[in-house]
Amino acid sequence: METEFTPFASLLGGGLIGLSAVVLLAAHGRIAGISGIVSRILPPSIDKAGLPQGIIFLIGLLLAAPLWFVLTGAAPVQMVSSNGLLLVIAGLLVGFGAVMGNGCTSGHGVCGISRGSARSIAATMTFMATAFVTVIVLRHVVGG
Amino acid sequence: MHVFSTLFAGLLFGTGLILSGMANPAKVQNFLDLFGTWDPSLAFVMGGAIMVTMPGFWLVQKRKTPLFHDVFHLPTRTDFDARLVVGAATFGIGWGLGGFCPGPALTSLPLAASGTLFFVPAMLVGMVIAKYIAAPLPKTLAV
Repeated sequence: METEFTPFASLLGGGLIGLSAVVLLAAHGRIAGISGIVSRILPPSIDKAGLPQGIIFLIGLLLAAPLWFVLTGAAPVQMVSSNGLLLVIAGLLVGFGAVMGNGCTSGHGVCGISRGSARSIAATMTFMATAFVTVIVLRHVVGG
Repeated sequence: MHVFSTLFAGLLFGTGLILSGMANPAKVQNFLDLFGTWDPSLAFVMGGAIMVTMPGFWLVQKRKTPLFHDVFHLPTRTDFDARLVVGAATFGIGWGLGGFCPGPALTSLPLAASGTLFFVPAMLVGMVIAKYIAAPLPKTLAV
C-alpha cells in the first residue's frame, strides 16, 4: 500500500516534535523520550517524583488526536494492521527493546542525536538497520 | 504554569506526530521499504525535529537550571554496552513489524484501531519485563 510523500507536512510536524522537546527541557530539564517517560511510571521501580509530570505529558499526548478531530473535522488518517498476533509481538519487542536500549525514536533518534550523544547515534543506526531488514523480509521474503 | 507546560509539550508532540504522518504505521513502514513503496517522509520528520532541537537545546542549556526545576536531567553515559545494542536491535525489529514506536502508538490510542489496542498493552508488558530483567536483584534474594 502506497502512502503519499509529504515533505512539508512532515518537516513541519517534525518541527513541532522538536519544539515539544525544547519546551520539556526548558521547563523541566527532561529529555522528551517517550519510552523513558512511560517506563519510568511503570513497575517495578516507579519514579514517584516524576509520576505527576509523566502522567500530565501522556494526557497531552492522548489529547492530540481528539483535538485534531475537533479542529479539522476528520480523524487522522492511518492504516494499522489488524493482525493481532503480529502487533502483540511487535509491541512486546518495542517495549522490551526501548527499555533495554535506554530509548526509542524520540529519545535516541531526535534528542540524543541533537545532543551529539555517541550512544544515541549508535542506537539509532542499530534500530534503523534492523527495522529496514525486518520490513524487507516481512514484505518481500515472507510476502506482503 | 509548570503543569500547563508539560501538558502543552505532550499535546505539541502528539500533534506533530499526526501532522507529520508518523501516527500512520503504513507511512513508517513505507519509509523502511526501500525496495517497495518507498516514502521518504520520515527522514523529513527527523530533520525537522533536529533542526529545532539542536539550536533549541543549545540555547536552553545556556541557563543554569530549567524554569520549574532545580537541575537538568541529562544522560551522562558515554560507554557502549551490549544492552544498548541488543535493546536497539530488538526495538528496530518490533518497529518494523508493526510500524509503531511508543509515541505514535500512544497518540493513536484514542483512534482505537484494533491493531493499536493489541500493540499498546503488549508494549507496556514488554517494558515491565525489561525493567524486571534490568533491575538489580533485591538484596534479600542475593546469595
